[in-house]
Amino acid sequence: MLHIVNKSPFERNVLESCLRFCRNESAVLLIEDGVYAVTRGNAAEPKVRQAMSHVKVYALGPDLEARGMQDTVIDGVKLVDYGGFVDLVAEHKAVQSWL
Amino acid sequence: VNKTTGGADAPEETSGTIKKFMFVNRKAPYGTIYALEALEVVLISAAFDQDVSMVFVDDGVYELVKGQHTKAIEVKNFSPIYRALEGYDIEKLYVDEESLKARGLTTESLLVPVEVLNSAQIGELMDQQDVVISF
Repeated sequence: MLHIVNKSPFERNVLESCLRFCRNESAVLLIEDGVYAVTRGNAAEPKVRQAMSHVKVYALGPDLEARGMQDTVIDGVKLVDYGGFVDLVAEHKAVQSWL
Repeated sequence: VNKTTGGADAPEETSGTIKKFMFVNRKAPYGTIYALEALEVVLISAAFDQDVSMVFVDDGVYELVKGQHTKAIEVKNFSPIYRALEGYDIEKLYVDEESLKARGLTTESLLVPVEVLNSAQIGELMDQQDVVISF
């Protein structure tokens, strides 16, 4: 399953919930304010790193660039553009957009 | 007699009153409209010659991050406005130290010179205001 999170980890605890429920081999895509979670030195970094041992973590490049955070992405996080976003949705049987 | 163009003839006493306005910014720049709306109101208040300060706490510190490029998300990049505030005599920009640290940011990451304060100092500044507006 593909999980999509669009809220800052400081504003909502939705990423935490998502990571708690998402199973091995799942993919998590961070978009909009969700991308702050994959920037180096942010308080959610340890949780993201821990998740990366069993789920694939993606972030939307255009959202990182808009926020000036494109050069501070945690190693191992895969960046996708809008085309890549569509591919991820197509590759997974189901998508959950966390609210 | 000095005549101004347009607007009502405000009595001297109200036009001369300067209040201390503080705008508290707590939201990241593009996920919601708050950050941009705050800037609009700040510029309006400056046009009325008020004593304006801006404080950036929690995700609000992300508003000031350098190197924002919004072309790909097709949204206006309003970050250059923060650099223009000085031209409107808005020079009191305060940033919460704890919020910066929690996000792996330093003043080096920011696009304008700011004064970094701890939460107690920010609280004290808030107490000195006539009007505090939160975004």
